[in-house]
Amino acid sequence: MKANCWMGAKKVSVERVPDPQIMNPRDAILRVTSTAICGSDLHLFNGFIPTMERGDIIGHEFMGEVMEVGAEVKELKPGDRVVVPFTIACGSCYSCQRQLFSLCENSNPNSWMAEKLWGHSPSGLFGYSHMLGGYAGGQAEFVRVPFADVGALKVPSTLSDEQVLFLSDIFPTGYMGADFCNIQRGDVIAVWGAGPVGLLAMASARLLGAERVIAIDRVPYRLKLAKEKANATDVINYEHGDVYEALMELTAGRGPDACIDAVGMEAHAHGPMYMLDLAKQSAMIETDRPLALREAIRCVRNGGIVSVIGVYGGFIDTFPMGAVVNRGLTIRAAQTPVQRYMRPLLERIERGEIDPSFVISHRMSLDEAPHGFDMFLRKRDQCEKVVLKAA
Amino acid sequence: MESQQTVGQRAFFSEQPPVGSNERSLARIDRAWDGDGAGQSTSAKRWAQGLGLFSIGLGLAELLVPEDVARLIGAKSDARTRTTLRALGARELLSGVGILAQSTNPRWLWARLGGDLIDVAMLSTTLAAEPGSARGVAATAAVLGVAALDGLTAAELSREEAVREGPLPNALHVVAAVTVNRPPEEVYRFWHNFENLPSFMSHLESVRVEGDQSHWRAKLPPGLHLHWSAEIVEDKPNECISWRSLPGGLLQNHGRVAFRPAPGDRGTEVHVALHFEPLAGALGRAFGKALGSLPTQQLRGDLKRFKQVMETGSTTKAGEP
Repeated sequence: MKANCWMGAKKVSVERVPDPQIMNPRDAILRVTSTAICGSDLHLFNGFIPTMERGDIIGHEFMGEVMEVGAEVKELKPGDRVVVPFTIACGSCYSCQRQLFSLCENSNPNSWMAEKLWGHSPSGLFGYSHMLGGYAGGQAEFVRVPFADVGALKVPSTLSDEQVLFLSDIFPTGYMGADFCNIQRGDVIAVWGAGPVGLLAMASARLLGAERVIAIDRVPYRLKLAKEKANATDVINYEHGDVYEALMELTAGRGPDACIDAVGMEAHAHGPMYMLDLAKQSAMIETDRPLALREAIRCVRNGGIVSVIGVYGGFIDTFPMGAVVNRGLTIRAAQTPVQRYMRPLLERIERGEIDPSFVISHRMSLDEAPHGFDMFLRKRDQCEKVVLKAA
Repeated sequence: MESQQTVGQRAFFSEQPPVGSNERSLARIDRAWDGDGAGQSTSAKRWAQGLGLFSIGLGLAELLVPEDVARLIGAKSDARTRTTLRALGARELLSGVGILAQSTNPRWLWARLGGDLIDVAMLSTTLAAEPGSARGVAATAAVLGVAALDGLTAAELSREEAVREGPLPNALHVVAAVTVNRPPEEVYRFWHNFENLPSFMSHLESVRVEGDQSHWRAKLPPGLHLHWSAEIVEDKPNECISWRSLPGGLLQNHGRVAFRPAPGDRGTEVHVALHFEPLAGALGRAFGKALGSLPTQQLRGDLKRFKQVMETGSTTKAGEP
């Protein structure tokens, strides 16, 4: 089959690889119909995620048709049309039983690597390094889905691929970012990053009743999307002024009630701190550049919530712990327990409350995946989200 | 059975299959948790390097301008003194180069300390010939000072070497624990059938149970196998099982697994201790060494797989079949 493979930092290519096979009675094999390039794939592409190996199949946002199921798969049968969460979860461990699916204790066979880096291991993920399981990803014609009964969600034929594809990651992730904010009447939510996850966090925050949602980015077309499609009430372009000053103006000095960091480890900014973080990251003194996170902590109101849904990998420098302690802030973060959000969010899509396909800017074939990465990375042609048609 | 481990942290990585260039990035992670970005250079190593340079400088002076050195230490500058100083210079040069080339090896500095003591002995004969020579006293004091530095640095390097190498892999004692989200009865029942052990213990090939005895077969790294027979010595249903190998086998070992209810309905805590006796002869030493680079992480991996089998029905697999 054909699959998009990581071939080293800054290089992906579509290769011929062996078809996946059932390796465990709880597996299913899917024929992928639609798959997408995620912002977090760019961290892989740029070489910031350790334990990637040349030839690894990437991709963790995908859906398709069930081709084959293992002997112990009960809920699925060949022909079913399903969306698959990027978090692989067994459904029976302590964490899964508490709906913490992204912390599944059994789905990462390389947990010792993650324990080295983080102390304990989270769940395995599709196509996202050996440290997180070494599972083949879904930017391919076929994919093996472990614990298929827990993962794959059947979707109705009345909805198109594009309407439900993002249930695999970015819609639940954006929604969780807003959910973390515990939104109350009158709340103002600021969102750093108007990429696909940021946009879905903005739209979700409005769905959950936020009074105002402020989008912060530097790319004009993304800020335009935030306002026109994601229901943001205000936008701040940080290249045109100071974010803290602008937010204090918009909130009359209170600060946003909650701040969402939808940027993560490769943040951009202005000034000496950015140069310093860039230098430290290059020298491996810190692994992640936490510029958006620092700014979110600085801006949020006293007692407010900082919701972190951007990806961080390791260690950061100059973390403003004084602000967190003295101003009583709460920091919430996670890889999304997708299985917990999928069904209720599918219902929201069915009821027409939201159509997450508004983030899509480009559609191309699986063969064009390397081109898609390049466009998304360089933000060419107003690229916001690339969907690959595998079949 | 004591419950300490005899294997140092450094074993953690060597036992896992190398995964591309991951070793390097993961080694950096270790240093990040330790808050040590600088890496390997210890202050003892830096002292050793300084002493090595000093040794070379002194050695060159004694070799090239022995008459000046003789004057400096208050000795007569006759032919015999010059010859002696040249010999001492050659020794200084040799130990200086040795120290610089292997600045974490304490032996060169211990040798240098020996040289210092010879120097002091010689200086004291000079002093005896010319009592009260101010230069002789100063030179002796200087050598004693350097000797003290040599001794302290050598002792620190020896200590660091012992830490690096860890205890010798004689008897091997390994403990690890895991929490399994199943009731103790079920976990005990599965473990109690030793024939189930190879399904999660990666170096076990097979276990066959015959009455009170079980026959174990283990894989060794270079395609070798090891057999032994074992008997159960303690068996408390739902609480613990202990076993030991029967006399006569090459690998004498015993083990114990304890099952305790985890608090708040979190399932069962499984605590395992394995003990391997030292083996006889060269083969034994080689095998001990191979085992010495395995244990704790290996057992932890085995218990993770045990948890997978108990909670999900089989071990978790990724990658190509």
